[in-house]
Amino acid sequence: MAMLNELTIAEAGAGLAAGDFTARELTDVYLAAMDAATGLNAYTAPTPERAQNMADASDARRVLGDTLGPLDGIPLAVKDLFCTEGVLSTAGSHILQGFVPPYESTVTRNLWDAGAVMLGKVNMDEFAMGSANITSHYGPTINPWKAGSAAAAGKDLVPGGSSGGSAAAVAARIAAGATGTDTGGSIRQPGAFCGIVGMKPTYGRCSRWGIIAFASSLDQAGPLARTVEDSALMLQAMAGYDPKDSTSVEQPVPDYAAAMTGDIRGLRVGVPAEYRMDGTPPEIEALWQQGIDWLRDAGAEIVDISLPHTKYALPAYYIVAPAEASSNLARYDGVRYGLRVEGEDLIDTYERTRAEGFGAEVQRRIMIGTYVLSAGYYDAYYLKAQRVRTRIADDFRDAWGICDVILTPTTPSAAFAIGEKMGDPIAMYLNDIFTVPASMAGLPAISVPAGLSGDGLPLGLHMIAPAFGEESLFRAAGVLETAAGFDARP
Amino acid sequence: MALDTYTVRRIARLARIHVDDADLAPLADELNNILGWIEQLDEVDTDGVEPMTSAVEMVQRLRADEMNDGDLQDDVLANAPNAADGFFAVPKVVE
Repeated sequence: MAMLNELTIAEAGAGLAAGDFTARELTDVYLAAMDAATGLNAYTAPTPERAQNMADASDARRVLGDTLGPLDGIPLAVKDLFCTEGVLSTAGSHILQGFVPPYESTVTRNLWDAGAVMLGKVNMDEFAMGSANITSHYGPTINPWKAGSAAAAGKDLVPGGSSGGSAAAVAARIAAGATGTDTGGSIRQPGAFCGIVGMKPTYGRCSRWGIIAFASSLDQAGPLARTVEDSALMLQAMAGYDPKDSTSVEQPVPDYAAAMTGDIRGLRVGVPAEYRMDGTPPEIEALWQQGIDWLRDAGAEIVDISLPHTKYALPAYYIVAPAEASSNLARYDGVRYGLRVEGEDLIDTYERTRAEGFGAEVQRRIMIGTYVLSAGYYDAYYLKAQRVRTRIADDFRDAWGICDVILTPTTPSAAFAIGEKMGDPIAMYLNDIFTVPASMAGLPAISVPAGLSGDGLPLGLHMIAPAFGEESLFRAAGVLETAAGFDARP
Repeated sequence: MALDTYTVRRIARLARIHVDDADLAPLADELNNILGWIEQLDEVDTDGVEPMTSAVEMVQRLRADEMNDGDLQDDVLANAPNAADGFFAVPKVVE
């Protein structure tokens, strides 16, 4: 049974259906693999007993013929940003120490209702603020991949972030799939760094209820998995209307896996000129060109497009996201949950609790956000950024007149070593330069592992679709995945 | 619009984050570095452009004004650092 954790979700589902193994056997293989991989620091709160109970319940359903669907009995990891009833949920932050929610997030509830098995909570950048999983109070997660070159050999690499624990766990075969959240690239960038698929749906496709809020107009849950099909199967269960989230969209959830027909003849693939940026490494440019050739060979029509405001997406994001974060994180005051540091009076208690409970990057973003929302600066910063955001969304709207999906690189580099880019926040922010524009426009996007860097590390290609265009996104990504034939592994 | 240490102290106060005096100047440098980078947005012509208020075009729903939850005092207080007699307990605020 030692190889069961090598199976994709679709393969494991077929094996369960055929009676080749039980959900309990599958889960026990994952639990053993988790025990052997604690050095990655991917799991922050493993839940082995719960996993075994859920697996046994899945097996019992299967005996009765009451199986719930393709995720029934599939072991998954959950990003620590999702509130899980009775299980420690801290958003990777000291300020939420000991917080055990009395409720379950809608997205995880949907997964358990589909029969999935919870292996535990996984590490992340504190409050999802970071691109390297180094801001977590639990310490960094380590990427299971290692660089091949002599200069980098043996160094521990970052898994990307903020969903770094999710990506590392799926890549290391200690989860079949994982939930993530993406605010500016936090699913897609770690997916690319760990050589797996990371998918961010349209804003509003998944309920945000029970997900600890970072930037509410951008946050969106999505799957991390080893294949495009697995991502489609997971999103199918995660998505849907939820009256508890007023921004969740009341639209039926299509059959995403069925959309993967393998046929993209006539599909118009846009290639945006503005994503060719100075300083992008030649190997990233070459992979992008390779992706264009793959899609053209599969019958797609390649279209040159322009997204003129691309370069302004990242600085605008660093106004909008911190502004919303400063507001969302105001609730952590040491009174209702989590850490409290006693001060001289109530205000001093608030201030000392927040100084000790939040890490440096979170404090920096709260301060930026507080400043850009403060009297006299609101128009110059926040309203300006929201106007730029309209411009960015308009760029995409214009593009959809001449193309159906857009192809870009996912990241400007492969995974880097723990310790790099730590002293310069802006260098870290630039990791998300290719992923943030789609976030700002609320669009669905996916990263597919497509090749290796000169150092032997995975690189991703990124596709963007119009709002609620998940089906064409999965279809095109499936073709890209087949053409790339990415079978390298950590 | 470079921030001075006085402004950083005011922001920290608004954000309810304690900052030691010795940390104000380095923090001002960090924040100025980020704000300086953000100022490239001034290059974008946004005259007559509406600020985005919703990432996806949708009609705001209204729910019925009915109570649908409640009677959860124990759950609400379960994670409190300090609770007493069914309340959150905090340092004295009224002399």
